[in-house]
Amino acid sequence: MKFVTDRKLALGIGSAKSGTEHFREMKRSSVALLFLIPFFVFTFGSVIGESHDVVVAYFAKPFPALVTALTIVIGFGHFKSGAAVLIGDYVHGTTSNLLIVSVNCLSYVAMAIGLFALIKMSF
Amino acid sequence: MVQLRLPKNSRIRTGKTWPKPEGATNLRKFSIYRWSPDDNENPSVDTYFVDMDTCGPMVLDALIKIKNEIDPTLTFRRSCREGICGSCAMNIDGINTLACIYGMDEIKGEVKIYPLPHMPVVKDLIPDLTHFYAQHASIMPWLETKTSRPAKEWKQSIQDRKKLDGLYECVMCASCSTSCPSYWWNSDRYLGPAALLHAYRWIIDSRDESTGERLDDLEDPFKLYRCHTIMNCTKTCPKGLNPAKSIAEIKKMMVERTV
Repeated sequence: MKFVTDRKLALGIGSAKSGTEHFREMKRSSVALLFLIPFFVFTFGSVIGESHDVVVAYFAKPFPALVTALTIVIGFGHFKSGAAVLIGDYVHGTTSNLLIVSVNCLSYVAMAIGLFALIKMSF
Repeated sequence: MVQLRLPKNSRIRTGKTWPKPEGATNLRKFSIYRWSPDDNENPSVDTYFVDMDTCGPMVLDALIKIKNEIDPTLTFRRSCREGICGSCAMNIDGINTLACIYGMDEIKGEVKIYPLPHMPVVKDLIPDLTHFYAQHASIMPWLETKTSRPAKEWKQSIQDRKKLDGLYECVMCASCSTSCPSYWWNSDRYLGPAALLHAYRWIIDSRDESTGERLDDLEDPFKLYRCHTIMNCTKTCPKGLNPAKSIAEIKKMMVERTV
């Protein structure tokens, strides 16, 4: 039996003195995506069904390429932060840590693949 | 890991149906959660019938009538019977509220009564609020000052006093915290809406001199930021308070001191 007071259980190991930056980052990326996603849908959507050459030539233009690059970077960054919160809500302990690391890796890999494909089309 | 199903020994079975009162014509059916730590049985839902012609209008009136006239073993907390003490908080018809100020005319059909959700049960409708109270104590719900004590009282302007309206009225009934999914899954680390509303009450008190320390203590991914603005707390509060707004104000202050 552990002789621990209720107050000690409530206090835990204290405040992490972090969280506000994560909160701000989520808000900033949400606002950015509010504008980027419609732009991305319209730019990406306009070449659906076109031939490979047309698509490559389209993404070599500065505006579609920049919108796509920003959407990939900010979108996967937002996904990474949001998924960490989601996992923290429902999964605890070591499993939670492993899942968060996995989601971080997945986000960075997806971001890298997206940017590599875009750069290949743009140059 | 979050549990999607109740543990085997917590699953609710059908309980006893108590006889209808003789000669009554205006009957109302009550389904009430029962569990006792003494008999090593799973929880059950007992059915009672109350003569509404001889019963008061509030759910608490019916519970007291059941206890006095039908089943003296039915256990629940109550005290002030006017929404001031917060003792009789329970889940009535799917809503966390105070039985003493919840009218039976607000409920259609049978009245279903359960203890506050996702809390350990002491007996029947009584939840164990030990951890909830310890979390409240952890936010230091008292005036913290560094200046020497004044000769008379700590003064406060009328405008500053008004900022405490909508906060000081909280009776700590735990209806809000136990309606919050974030609190269900992470009550060991997340303070919950009630404790955070009280924290904000002291953060914005013009007389308090520990605002920075209070914000420091709350800056944590779990203590504060586990609130996802679900708003169940505000919807359920039997006193009509807005804990979600208090939490949003704390987050706003956290951001303001970094920019």
